[in-house]
Amino acid sequence: MIDREQVVHVAALARLALSDAEIDRMQADLQQILQAFEALNALDVSDVAPTAQVIPLATVERPDTTEAPLSHDDVMRNAPRVERDQIRVPAVLTED
Amino acid sequence: MTLDSGYRVVIGLETHVQLKTASKMFCRTSAAYASAPPNTLVCPICLGMPGVLPVINAKAVDLTIMTGLALHSEIPPHAKFDRKNYAYPDLMKWYQISQYDLPLCVGGWLEINADGETRRINITRVHLEEDTAKLTHVVGEDGQPASLIDVNRSGVPLMEIVSEPDITSAAEAMAYGLKLRNILRWLGVSTANMQDGALRIDANISVWPSDAEIGNAKVEVKNMNSFRALGQALDFEIERQIALYERGERLVQETRGWDETASRTVPQRTKEYAHDYRYFPEPDLPPLIITRERVEGLTARMPVLPDAVRQRLVGELGVAPTDADELIEDRDLTAYTLDVVERHGGPAAEVVTWVLQDVRRLLNARELDSHDMPIAAASMAQLLDLRAKGDLSSTMAGTVLEEMFATGKSPDEIVSARGRQISDTDALVEIAREVMAANPQAVADYHAGKDRAIQFLMGQVMRRTRGQANPGKVTELLRVELADDGGE
Repeated sequence: MIDREQVVHVAALARLALSDAEIDRMQADLQQILQAFEALNALDVSDVAPTAQVIPLATVERPDTTEAPLSHDDVMRNAPRVERDQIRVPAVLTED
Repeated sequence: MTLDSGYRVVIGLETHVQLKTASKMFCRTSAAYASAPPNTLVCPICLGMPGVLPVINAKAVDLTIMTGLALHSEIPPHAKFDRKNYAYPDLMKWYQISQYDLPLCVGGWLEINADGETRRINITRVHLEEDTAKLTHVVGEDGQPASLIDVNRSGVPLMEIVSEPDITSAAEAMAYGLKLRNILRWLGVSTANMQDGALRIDANISVWPSDAEIGNAKVEVKNMNSFRALGQALDFEIERQIALYERGERLVQETRGWDETASRTVPQRTKEYAHDYRYFPEPDLPPLIITRERVEGLTARMPVLPDAVRQRLVGELGVAPTDADELIEDRDLTAYTLDVVERHGGPAAEVVTWVLQDVRRLLNARELDSHDMPIAAASMAQLLDLRAKGDLSSTMAGTVLEEMFATGKSPDEIVSARGRQISDTDALVEIAREVMAANPQAVADYHAGKDRAIQFLMGQVMRRTRGQANPGKVTELLRVELADDGGE
C-alpha cells in the first residue's frame, strides 16, 4: 500500500508540484501498478537467474574516435534563456 | 588506529578520475572540454534528446579494467550500467549512466606508507560513469541569481574508485591519494591533475569513542581541490567531531564542504532527498560481457608500475630509498633516468642524484616538464661518461649541462668548442707557480705541516682556470711544485 507521504516524496524527487486532487489520483494509479508487481512477486522464480535485461544481447562497444559536434547555435536552440553562451536556468543550490 | 585522545577515526575515500580518451563515454563528441568555449562540444546524446542511444567507448572500459588490475581487483565477466536518477540541471537527461551492483572491477587493495607504517587500504570497487555539465552560479544580466550551464563536460568518461573505510588519519588519506595519483599517471589512464578537476577526492569520515561501537553516521566532505586541502579538511573534521563528543553531542550525518579561505568545513545545503537515486538497470545498454581474452590482453599490455620500479632502483641498482621515492613520483623522469643509467653504465645512485639535483634544477628554471626533456638520454650518458673518466670536473660537467640545455649541442661538441679541460701540464704548472707566488702565507703553512693549505691553493688554481682543470691533477702538480719549492 502506497501512502500519501510516499507519493509526495516521489513527486518532490521528480520536481513535480502536485495539487491535493492530483496526489489522490496518483496514489490510486501507483497503487494499481504496485498491485500488478505484487502479482508478479507471487511467482516462484527461485530457479531463474536474476536478470537486468530481457533482450538476449550483449552490448556493443565502439572505438574511441571523434566526430563533429552540433553547432553552438543548434546546442542553444532549446535553451529557455541564453547568457554568456550558456544555458541560463533559475539559481539552483550549489552541489559541486 | 586509536588516538591518544580515546577516539577512533574511520575514513573512506571516493576518487573520481577523468579518463584520457579522445571521445566521450557514450558518444563520439570530443572529450577535450577544458580548452573549448562553452557548449561547443555537445551532440544530441550529450543533450539527452529523445530517441538517442548511448554507445560505450571501448577505450574507457579498457582504461578502467587496467586501473582495476593495478589495484589487484577482480574483473568479473559480467558488468552492467544503471541509471542514477536525480533532478538537477547538471544532467541533461535527469539521470546519470553509472554502475550500481555490477561494476567493472570488484575488490582490491592499495599499499601506502604513512606515519612510518606500511598498510594496505582495501578497495571496494572501481566503476565507470559519465561526468556532468558544469554549473556556474552567478548574478544574471537582470540582477537575479541564476545558474549557467556549460554542457561540454557532460558525458566525459569518469571512473570512480571507492575505498573501504580503512583509512585512520589525514596523513594516510593523503598517502592514499598521492599513491593512487601516481599509479594512474604511470598507467597513463588520466592526467590525474587535481587543479583541473581530472582527479577529485571526496571523503567519508566519522570519529567514534574508542569504547563505543562504530555506528552508521558519517560526514561526507567535498570541495578539496588539492592534497593539502584534503589533509587540512580531514584534520579539521577529526577535531570538530571529537569536540562534538566532548560537548556531549552526537555525530550527525551530513555533507560538508571544505572552505579554503576559512580553513574549515561548513555544512553544504544539499538537495533534500539527495541520496534517493532510485537506481535501475540502464535499458538502453544491454549487459557488458568482459571476456577473459580481453582481460588477458590488457594484463599483457600493463606498463611497469611504480612499486616495481622502486624495488628495482633500491634493491638492484643501489639507489637510496628517499631518492627512489622522489624519482618515481615522476614517471617520465624515471624512464629517462633508467635509460641514462643503462647507457652510462656507471653507478645508478650517482645518475639518480645527478638527475634529481642538477638536471631537475635546469628543467625547473626553464619551466619544462620532464616529458619535454630537451636532452637525449645518449647525450646525458656521454656527459656522465666524461665526468666519470675525470675529463670533466663536477663543476665543469654542470657548466656543460647548462650549455646542453641552452644550445641542444652534444657534450662532445661543447667540450671541443671550449677546449678540452686544461690538463696540459705546462700551462697548469705555470698557473700553480703564479698561485704559489701570490700566496706565500699558504705556502708557508703547507711547509709548516698544515696539509689543508693545499686545498686553498688548489681552489685558487681552479678559480684561475674557471673550474676547467682536473682537480686531481692540480693537487698532484701542487705537491710536486711545493716540494721543489724546497720548504724542508
